[in-house]
Amino acid sequence: MNTLTTRTPLATYVVRHADDNVILGQRLAEYISRAPELEEDLAVANFALDHIGVAQHLFAYASAVEGDGRDADALAMLRSEREYTNLLLVEQPHADFAEVMARQCFFDAYQVLLWRRLSASTDETIAGVAQRAVKEATYHLRHSSGWVVRLGDGTDESHGRMQHAVDRMWRFTGEMFEGDDLDREMAALGVGVEPADLEEEWQATVDSILEEATLTRPADPYQATGGRRGLHTEFLGRLLAEMQWMQRSYGGLTW
Amino acid sequence: MSEHAGRARFAAIIEADEKVEPRDWMPDEYRANLIRQMAQHAHSEVIGMQPEANWITRAPTLMRKAILIAKVQDEAGHGLYLYSAAETLGVSRDELQEMLHSGRQKYSSIFNYPTLSWADVGAIGWLVDGAAIVNQIVLQGTSYGPYSRAMVKICKEESFHARQGYSIMMALVEGSDEQKAMAQDAIDRWWWPALMMFGPHDAESSHSERSMAWKIKRIKNDDLRQMFVDQTVPQAHYLGLTIPDPDLEFDEETGHWRIGEIDWDEFWRTIKGDGPLNRERIAHKVKAWEDGRWVREAATEYARKQRARLGKSA
Ligand SMILES: [Fe+2]
Ligand SMILES: [Fe+2]
Repeated sequence: MNTLTTRTPLATYVVRHADDNVILGQRLAEYISRAPELEEDLAVANFALDHIGVAQHLFAYASAVEGDGRDADALAMLRSEREYTNLLLVEQPHADFAEVMARQCFFDAYQVLLWRRLSASTDETIAGVAQRAVKEATYHLRHSSGWVVRLGDGTDESHGRMQHAVDRMWRFTGEMFEGDDLDREMAALGVGVEPADLEEEWQATVDSILEEATLTRPADPYQATGGRRGLHTEFLGRLLAEMQWMQRSYGGLTW
Repeated sequence: MSEHAGRARFAAIIEADEKVEPRDWMPDEYRANLIRQMAQHAHSEVIGMQPEANWITRAPTLMRKAILIAKVQDEAGHGLYLYSAAETLGVSRDELQEMLHSGRQKYSSIFNYPTLSWADVGAIGWLVDGAAIVNQIVLQGTSYGPYSRAMVKICKEESFHARQGYSIMMALVEGSDEQKAMAQDAIDRWWWPALMMFGPHDAESSHSERSMAWKIKRIKNDDLRQMFVDQTVPQAHYLGLTIPDPDLEFDEETGHWRIGEIDWDEFWRTIKGDGPLNRERIAHKVKAWEDGRWVREAATEYARKQRARLGKSA
């Protein structure tokens, strides 16, 4: 299957980052009204809103770049499962609050580095989105890493659950730093970044969080891959079935 | 201050339309009445997140999804303001939640109705938030200072809630036949429950009279309901929707819309626990609370460890 989800490399590049954000936003949205405290319902809603906001901007840009009439919502909601290019991490469901925060923390640590670099993109639109998103991601990371630490270094039960969550999400983290031809092309143009360039700092950030949380860095060397090529876990299809339901059931209407 | 002086001062504050503050002496029944009402209000904000959250993951566009998340987030915030305002009366948020979970305190019955289509999200914003606004604008003038100030803060956000609901309805009635039917079906199901939000006729309301005397409540249930009807009927007509009340008519003499009789059996049945989703709403809330217990315990334990560590290094 073609790795280009749109007609142009730039739009395809933009869409993969939009996909990361819309899918995680959708996962977080599932959790609203289910958090351990009202404050966390607020925080989770806030994160969901930020991710969906980033996705809105990026899809709108991809739509403009692609220029063949597919609007942001069509890109977000009317592609097939194999055309979504988000990281596998963000589509993972959460069994408890520890998994919500482990997934979030790993992704936030990556997003901070990604958006910081993309803030200097030669593409003005990407740079503009990145400059806003880096502030949001920094705030998200403070919150999510705060919970990883509190739960890791809390009670025996929370320590066990947090370790389990870290172990469960860990094998979806390596994919963040895999690059493909499109990444190299975009990096060469000064538009994008080489994912591998972010890895060292990500590892350092996450190591220090895990250490403070008294958690063990998983030894599991196996890392799953495929998201950027549209090869997903079985979880994505069900998420999409729900997210796309209105657009699929009532084609071509205005809401 | 002696109780005698406190009582005189309390009476003077009420008489002069000033605000009672947490440190002021107040009658036990005034306090109890306020705790009941503010807790019920806070619980309503929180339980009210559920019927709308039911559609966040299925919202038809990214824009609608984002707006709905922002709205539900606001409602969580309203719950927080109201719980902290209630805490100034000497109860804790945990105690109040416990009373919600065990059914000893109530929340607005409107949230026991299901959201069955996307149009219901519009109907809730337009009708339910619309009704809440009528109520809450008046409550800005309530006699208890922290409650009044919470209402001022909340009212600022509520107008956005009603507008987004109306905007959803507007898009539907301007859309396909299917969308119009969806909008009509929503008003058919939400109209009467929205009118019930103002409570029973004042004669049947157990708390009404005393609350009026203490200026906790400023306008009677039936008068508030009338205000809502008068503002909403023209909006429904503008949308081209039919209000499901064959007796509805405009009274030329008074300038008010007259409604038919509310089904009070349904009202009392729902309040007493047998509405469509009473059990599910509480079960959802209790499950979230129980599932989160270990998280709250961990946060407490971590804070204790941190204090001990700081104590040692100091
Ligand atoms: Fe509210
Ligand atoms: Fe509201």
